[in-house]
Amino acid sequence: MKAENMSENAPMIDKDQLGLLEKLCNACAVSGDEFEVRKIVREEVASIVDDFRVDALGNVLATKHGKGENKVRVMLAAHMDEIGLMIVKKHDDDLFQFECVGGIDPRQLPGKAVLVGREHLPGVIGAKPIHMTTKKERQNKIDVSDMRIDLGPQIGEKVKPGDRVTFATRFEVLGPSLRAKALDDRFGVATLVELIKRAPENIDLLAAFTVQEEVGLRGARVAAYALNPDMAIALDSTPAYDLPHWDEEDENVQYNTHLDAGPAIYVMDRATIADQRLVSWLRDTAEINGIPYQFRQPGGGGTDAGVIHKTRSGIPSISVSVPARYAHTAASIARLADWENTLKLLHAALSRVTPDLLTGERRG
Amino acid sequence: MTDLIPFLKEMLSAPGLSGFESPIREIISKAWEPLVDELSVSNIGSLHGYKKAEGNEPRPRVLISAHMDAIGMMVTGIRDGLMHVTEIGGLDHRILPGQPVTVHGREDLPGVIVQPPGHLLPDSVGDGPVEMKYLLVDVGLRPEDVVEKVRVGDTVSYAQDPLELSGEALAGHTLDNRVSVAATTLCLDGLQDRRHIWDVWAVASAQEEETLGGAFTSPFDIRPDIAIVIDVCFAKGPGSNDWRSLPFGEGVGIGYGPNIHPALCEAFEKKAKALEIPYHRDLMPKMSGTDAMAVQIVAEGIPCAVLGIPLRYMHTPVETVSLKDIRRAGRLMAEFIADLTPDSLDQIQWEG
Repeated sequence: MKAENMSENAPMIDKDQLGLLEKLCNACAVSGDEFEVRKIVREEVASIVDDFRVDALGNVLATKHGKGENKVRVMLAAHMDEIGLMIVKKHDDDLFQFECVGGIDPRQLPGKAVLVGREHLPGVIGAKPIHMTTKKERQNKIDVSDMRIDLGPQIGEKVKPGDRVTFATRFEVLGPSLRAKALDDRFGVATLVELIKRAPENIDLLAAFTVQEEVGLRGARVAAYALNPDMAIALDSTPAYDLPHWDEEDENVQYNTHLDAGPAIYVMDRATIADQRLVSWLRDTAEINGIPYQFRQPGGGGTDAGVIHKTRSGIPSISVSVPARYAHTAASIARLADWENTLKLLHAALSRVTPDLLTGERRG
Repeated sequence: MTDLIPFLKEMLSAPGLSGFESPIREIISKAWEPLVDELSVSNIGSLHGYKKAEGNEPRPRVLISAHMDAIGMMVTGIRDGLMHVTEIGGLDHRILPGQPVTVHGREDLPGVIVQPPGHLLPDSVGDGPVEMKYLLVDVGLRPEDVVEKVRVGDTVSYAQDPLELSGEALAGHTLDNRVSVAATTLCLDGLQDRRHIWDVWAVASAQEEETLGGAFTSPFDIRPDIAIVIDVCFAKGPGSNDWRSLPFGEGVGIGYGPNIHPALCEAFEKKAKALEIPYHRDLMPKMSGTDAMAVQIVAEGIPCAVLGIPLRYMHTPVETVSLKDIRRAGRLMAEFIADLTPDSLDQIQWEG
């Protein structure tokens, strides 16, 4: 495909797409309780796909068939869940103890506003007044078991152990950036919704909005089995550690990704060694169409691809992420342009998929 | 005055860090304007509201001091579009990572306080708390735009939106000490249809959190016969349950200790009892940590009372207060002032 052709159909981020991302980020869907995001996904895509179902784990599996013969079955996976907390105990003084769900640095919790349960009841995770702390105390982090959620003195029975909790951060546009909770992985969910709406006709698009990624990639495993695709792409968000090193003499060589450098294409992470045919395909697509891109620094981390590629007899897989700073905290910051370029790259790449892409042996 | 919650929320939305109180002072001026006879601003930036009493001059004067300044941060440097900050007032660095903030640059810039990833910090940090000097503020702008809009010395305010919790509780930043400004406003409101023969000087004082600058200077200008200092005090809650903390939402604190004239403490306790306003004696064995530390020693010395509105999680962006206690404090002050007689001063005596 030529660059000029792509620009005509290229998806853009407009009011609608931004509005959807905002709705998705403000929704609360801690791993194991993805109801709110599933509901939004259903509203967005159920009526425009050929098959829509919710499986045994709560994954949304949606199929949009292409036209003609020899269509490649491409699975696109984006996880609906986010990191958060669960209420585990009500104490006598109407304060609630909680446990972390997913990878949360406990240092991100004290002094935060939170939303509790399906009703999004406002609460706070307080901290001892600094006036009452000793220097020694301030040199130690506050243990999660010592923190409490306070919803006010008359919360009564409205909150119960088992209720999920998220940060109360509301989605906001800051100049060229977005500030929100759960951009990991509402970026992926919003991208996948948009790709379904603009599904290229040369492929069968098998969309998996997965559950429980943050607690062990559980949804993706059964989704990949059920969809039985020819290839798969995990759409996620990956950290941009593009901050200065504390020591000004030292260069930050472990940045993972940079903001403003475009979609992050994975070669290898802790869970997956990407299929080189797919790496070349994405890179070539970006080059041909003049879409900025970056290779995510190989190393730790993992996405749904980590289980998808080992499902059944093996599924050629890769991941593409929107870079975002401060993942798994109350407020991530990402660039709108990076999201738009991710969407453009994926749309352009899917539009060029032919059975030839997967002919022959895996190389590399 | 308008309703308590909207007024509090309006005050919380206005910046006013110690030494930079203009935005909050304007809001308080607007609220006090119909309630007082004269408004003025002191050399150091405190707001004085003078409510004239009935009766012949010379009239005794009572001063109410409620500090209006907020804790926060100030930009100390900019690197790669990210800002280093230092504290204004006392901040526990452990509650800063992930906090929404507003950087008051050439324009107000929303941002977030960032804890850099471990591999960009000294090894000694480990998984322990990250000192303020390593934290950064990100406003989502590209480096070239940040240096256009932000300079060293710009202030940074907390930006957590207030939350209405159950049981008439409100959580947010800077409730210390906007709740006392609200209580003072309720007091002025309550005095509108009450006869009082003492002149009332309401002061929204500046710079309490750093220098007590307002508390040292306004009483010098006003020369009150007695002063009521109102501030927040510690409420019982997680990590705060010893004798220093009062029950949450169950009454105002009436301070007792060397910053306070014992006769005023007793007079307030008597008044609260008579009005059936719940209160607790708030013991302050060494110092009160309030404007009273300065007010007490202005000029030839001023007898002080200290009232406290119990607050959980003081100096965090999720400070939590009971609206009931704000109303109680406002009513107690209004009743106390309305009942002051020409010879009330004679009753404020030392034993022995």
